[in-house]
Amino acid sequence: MLIRHFYLIVFLWLGIVQAQAAPTGAQLYDRNCAACHGSSGMGGIGVPLALPSFQASISDDYVRKTIMAGRPGRVMPAFSQLQPEEIDALVHFVRAWNKQPPVAFSSARIKGNPAHGKKLFDQNCIACHGENAEGSKGTGVTFSRPRDLPIMAPALNNPGFLAAASDAMIKATLMKGRVGTPMVSFYQTGMPEKDINDLVSYIRSLQNQPLPASAQLLHVDSPVIVRDSPYDLKTTVENIKAAITTNNFFYGRVQKLEYGLTAHENENPNQVIVYFCNVSLLNQVLGIDPRVGMFLPCRVTIFEQNGKVKVMTVNPKVLSALFNNAELNELCDQMSRSYTSILEEATL
Amino acid sequence: MKIILKSIICMCALCCIPFSATAEGLIMARATHEFPEAMMILQNAITRHGYTITRLQEVNENLAKRQFQSDMYRVVFFGKYQEVKEMSARYPELMPFLPLNITIFAEGDQAILVASHPKMLESLFPDPTLKPIFDHWETDVQAIMDQVRESK
Repeated sequence: MLIRHFYLIVFLWLGIVQAQAAPTGAQLYDRNCAACHGSSGMGGIGVPLALPSFQASISDDYVRKTIMAGRPGRVMPAFSQLQPEEIDALVHFVRAWNKQPPVAFSSARIKGNPAHGKKLFDQNCIACHGENAEGSKGTGVTFSRPRDLPIMAPALNNPGFLAAASDAMIKATLMKGRVGTPMVSFYQTGMPEKDINDLVSYIRSLQNQPLPASAQLLHVDSPVIVRDSPYDLKTTVENIKAAITTNNFFYGRVQKLEYGLTAHENENPNQVIVYFCNVSLLNQVLGIDPRVGMFLPCRVTIFEQNGKVKVMTVNPKVLSALFNNAELNELCDQMSRSYTSILEEATL
Repeated sequence: MKIILKSIICMCALCCIPFSATAEGLIMARATHEFPEAMMILQNAITRHGYTITRLQEVNENLAKRQFQSDMYRVVFFGKYQEVKEMSARYPELMPFLPLNITIFAEGDQAILVASHPKMLESLFPDPTLKPIFDHWETDVQAIMDQVRESK
C-alpha cells in the first residue's frame, strides 16, 4: 500500500517536473527557428513567417507538416528530432502571428486540366517560380539578394511543399495572392476560377514527376579526399602551394595544425595546413548560402606519420547534405574536382 | 526499502534525459546583439568552456579586397591542445575537421552563428571509440551557442 502511494506521488511529481521543464513554443522557436526566420518572424535566411498575408493563407497543418518534412534540398531542414508535443507548441507559437480567423483547408483534390495549367504556369508563374517550379535561387535576405524583397518564391515542385500544401491552400493563395510579396491575386487580375483550378492541378501533378534536381543532395563515399605523397613533407607543402596557383586559387598561408594552441616551439612540425582561397568563388558560394563560412578558408592538410606523407582535404561534397542546399551541388562538385586536382598535382 | 531506493534511482535517471534533442545538420543561433558585442560574447563563451581561440578568419575583409560587399563575417577557430594532439595522432583523417570552428556574421543589427554538429562526425567516422569525444564536443558547442543565444 505504502509502495503504491509512493509510486503515485513520484509519478505526479515527475509529471509536474516534466511540465515545468518542457520548453515553451517561444523557447523552441528561439532555439530552432529564430536564426533563419528572425526573432519576431520577419525573415532572413528563411521566409518571414509573421507576414500577415502569409499567415492568412496557411493552416496549422501546413506549418506542422513543414516542420516535420522540411524542404529537401531547399535549406529548410526536417526537424524530425522534435517530439509531437514540441511541434504542437511550435505551431501554436508561429500561428499566434496570424490575426485573421484561422483557416482549415480541405484535403480534397481539386479537379482541373494539368496540361492547360502548365500553359498558364508558363505564361504567369515561371518568372518567379522558375521554369520547372523550382523556386527562386539563393536563401532569404542575406548576401544573395537585396533587402527589399521580403520573401523568396517557393519551390512548388519540392516534395516537402507538395506534402504540406493541400490543393485548397494552393488555390486560396492563387485567388488571394500575398500582399507584401510579388505574389499577386490571379483572381483579381481576371483569371477565371476554372483556370486557377487547372493551375492547381498542374502544380499537384508535379509530385508524379521524378525527384527534381533542386531536391537532390550529394552523397559522398568518403568525407575526406586523401592522397599519398612520394615526397617529403617540406617538398609536398611546396608542391601543394604551386598546385593551388595552377588551379586558380591563391595561396594564403602555411600553419601548423596546433597553431595557437601551444607555444610555437611545441607545435608538431609534421602536421601542416596550407590555406588558400578564390575570392570570386567564395563570393559566389556565400551568395548561394551565407552559412558555408564554417568551411572557409579552403585548406589542405599535410602530415607525416611513420615516415609516410599524406595530403588530405574535406570533401566539399559533404556541404550539400549538411546545408540541405541542392544549389550548392554544382559548386561542391566543382570544388571537389579542384581539390582532387590540387592533391594529385602535388603528389605526382 | 530496497524497492523504493531502486525506484528513486530509476526516476532520477529518467529526469536526467534531456527534454529537447539537437537540431539536424547545423547548429544555428541568432544573437540579439550587434556583431561586435555578439562576437565578444561568443569568444567569452568559448574560453569559458576551456577552449583556446586559435584564429579569427576575416572573411568580409578578404571579400572587400576584391570589391565584393559583405556584412561583418568571421570564422572563429578554437580547440584544446591535448585533445587536438591526441586526436590527430590517433585519427589523422580527422585533421581536416580540426580545430573546431563557429561562423558568425552580421544580420542587420543582430548576428547569426553557425556551426556543424560535431556529432555529425560520427556518421563520417563510425569508430565507436570516437563517439565520447564527438559527444563531448557536441555538448560544448551546443552550450556555447546557447550562451550566445540566451545573452540578452
